[in-house]
Amino acid sequence: MSVTIVKERYAGKIGEVTLGATAEQGGTRTSTVTIGGDSALPFLHFEGKVNRPVIAMEVNDIPPTWNTTLTKQYGDVFNSPGAWAKQCVDDFGADLIYLKLLGADPDGVNRSPEDCVRVVKEVLAAVGVPLIVVGCGDTAKDNEVIAAVAEAATGENLLIGVAEQETYKTYAAAAMVHKHTLIAQSPLDINICKQLNILINEMGLPLNKIVIDSLIAGLGFGIEYAYSIMERARLGALGNDKMLAMPMFCSVGYEANRTKESNSPIEDNPQWGELDDRAVLWESLTASGLMQVGASIIMMRNPAAVAVVKKNIDELMSV
Amino acid sequence: MPAKLIRRYIFQVNRYDTNGYLLILNQLERGFKMALTGLEIYKQLPKKNCGECGVPTCLAFAMALAAGKAALDTCPYVTDAARENLESAAAPPIKAIKFGNGSVMGDETVMFRHDKTFYHETTVIIQISDALSDDEVSAKLAEINGLEFDRVGLHYSVEGVAVVNDSGDAARFAKVAAAVAAGTEKSLVLISNDPEALKAAVVPLAARKPLIGEANADNYEAVVTIAKENSVPVILKAEGLDALSDLVEKAVTLGYKEFVLDPGSKTTVQKLADLTQLRRLAIKKKFRTFGYPVIVFTNHDNPLDEIMEASVYVCKYASAIVLKTSAKAHILPLMALKQNLYTDPQKPIQVEEKLYAIGEVNENSPLYLTTNFSLTYYSVEGEVESTKIPSYIIPVNTEGTSVLTAYAAGKYEPELMWETMQKLGVPETLKHRNVIIPGYVAVVTAKLKEISGWNVIVGPRESSGIVAFAKTLK
Ligand code: SF4
Repeated sequence: MSVTIVKERYAGKIGEVTLGATAEQGGTRTSTVTIGGDSALPFLHFEGKVNRPVIAMEVNDIPPTWNTTLTKQYGDVFNSPGAWAKQCVDDFGADLIYLKLLGADPDGVNRSPEDCVRVVKEVLAAVGVPLIVVGCGDTAKDNEVIAAVAEAATGENLLIGVAEQETYKTYAAAAMVHKHTLIAQSPLDINICKQLNILINEMGLPLNKIVIDSLIAGLGFGIEYAYSIMERARLGALGNDKMLAMPMFCSVGYEANRTKESNSPIEDNPQWGELDDRAVLWESLTASGLMQVGASIIMMRNPAAVAVVKKNIDELMSV
Repeated sequence: MPAKLIRRYIFQVNRYDTNGYLLILNQLERGFKMALTGLEIYKQLPKKNCGECGVPTCLAFAMALAAGKAALDTCPYVTDAARENLESAAAPPIKAIKFGNGSVMGDETVMFRHDKTFYHETTVIIQISDALSDDEVSAKLAEINGLEFDRVGLHYSVEGVAVVNDSGDAARFAKVAAAVAAGTEKSLVLISNDPEALKAAVVPLAARKPLIGEANADNYEAVVTIAKENSVPVILKAEGLDALSDLVEKAVTLGYKEFVLDPGSKTTVQKLADLTQLRRLAIKKKFRTFGYPVIVFTNHDNPLDEIMEASVYVCKYASAIVLKTSAKAHILPLMALKQNLYTDPQKPIQVEEKLYAIGEVNENSPLYLTTNFSLTYYSVEGEVESTKIPSYIIPVNTEGTSVLTAYAAGKYEPELMWETMQKLGVPETLKHRNVIIPGYVAVVTAKLKEISGWNVIVGPRESSGIVAFAKTLK
């Protein structure tokens, strides 16, 4: 007997967002990245269009304080953001670079906005892929830094961030004026997520210039909250809620690598096994869980995990 | 933010839930564990409207049943036929299958964990080939027995061991099965296509209630009969959903229903599609033929790729997964994922309310207050650890809610904070009189100061701000 499979019919789909701009489009990228456009739940090709998630590898403007399980996989690149970005693209296959300007932190190196602009230009010159650029996390400083970066990179269609409920206006204005795309970040809350998208859109930034970051938690530290919020957002979007229908960004590399499981050597926790493979899988499985509920941009750090995740994406995209 | 504002803001946060079908589904499930409507139930009632059930009409009684507020037995006139119809309609859409040492598979009721919850964590089973030497078998088994993990106050252990008949030799299979059984208390799975081999292995081990298989289109009569005679569950395997449904329907005619399904899909993406369809057909279409738990075997041999592959099936609908790797570093992340996704979204995990010492504390160490919602507590703990300043943390019992939610619900008031500090003997333990509260409840500062006489320091809103904050502490 033949079984009639269940195909859901959805009224809506995820909006398409393009990142980066080539010379013809007013930028200098050699290629652009398009995410979203999905009309099905993740990787269910029998139901509709499934877009490929992309990997953004993290680069900083100052040398990282990462565990050696990560740093030993990189060459001598940490003093040069350009070389660091180039290795991520050329050797590790990053689709995008996620440049976090940690050096701007007033409690740290306290780089000036002009200095930050110089770093962004260095990375833009070193790689042809689109860039995500975010500040150091200090609200006041980031306002200045991102405004300066947005202006200096006018037309590049960077993905800039992060716009939160309290701060979105500066970011949205910078994205509009200088033709960039915006990360809208909400604290693991689907209502705030939606509300922020509405507020940003009301300012005049089109919906296809917004990417959602509903915040995530790493594997073992509450990933299930992110999982369910993203799954509900995805179902809401497919149910035609346009204010939830943006592609989703997930800071997997950051969350996965700040856990004890990604840092504790086997000597401290014999029960947990070797650190290297454990750290690779901690980041890979954080990515996997979130890809199964609709993540479009996966931010990552561990090159070996990038390889594992890319292979899995290849398999899930081959029909 | 003033208290009133926070409360309104939390109210909005919950708005989305009331629009969804979460609440309705919960109500229905309390009554019948599946969504029978009042009208569907009414059709089966005697329609005497005699009122003996305590409500005036049969319709009112049906509505009460649907809402889970009444029991069918209260009506003395329900016919046996009606009872049977209602019970079979209300049977769980996916049968629970039990085997081995307390392993339970299936009995799931929803497609998405936010609809209610997932109930039975994916059973993780590790395979041992009977083509290995005796020494290799015992080494592998020792490694599997060692897969016990403690993290964030939880304990994980691998549930099962599968003996696979790669040798093609029935006697060898039975011997390895017996050796494995003697060497572990874990649930057993016995895998062979050869009915003779299965019979040789399962008969002496029937008391351990192993899961056996695989029954396929060629051998199902013999294999299902062995399962039936030994009262053990059996895996039915066919490639593709059409062939699988044929096989289940034939197997059911043998008068046995303790089944676990294997759709035999070859690729990761096809397995995801098949697992999704099996779950959808069972739950959304109440297609009884597929109303059984599902087991999958991984395709990859490279352990990193294998665990990545398995993680897809943990998210999407495998009741059991059979793995090859048994290294601790590979198994722990997968165990964490399944534990996370199977937690009940409505019952957040809590940590014990006590005075936690992080590092080599003394009477001058700083004191942080947070809530007993495990995620909140462990985020704070991780960050406090990173400050490298030995500190105390108290997770105040907010019934497992985060700071903002607890405060909005009136469960994080200054009186409770002070009461908790006293109860835990903090004034005796510490020499100083400073307490750090989460930034989101800065509004309680004055009150807490007034009732406790302590100096109240407002910490950062997010735990990620703790390291920077700690540098400002004197
Ligand atoms: S006791 Fe039975 S027959 Fe009488 S009103 Fe209630 S449901 Fe109807």
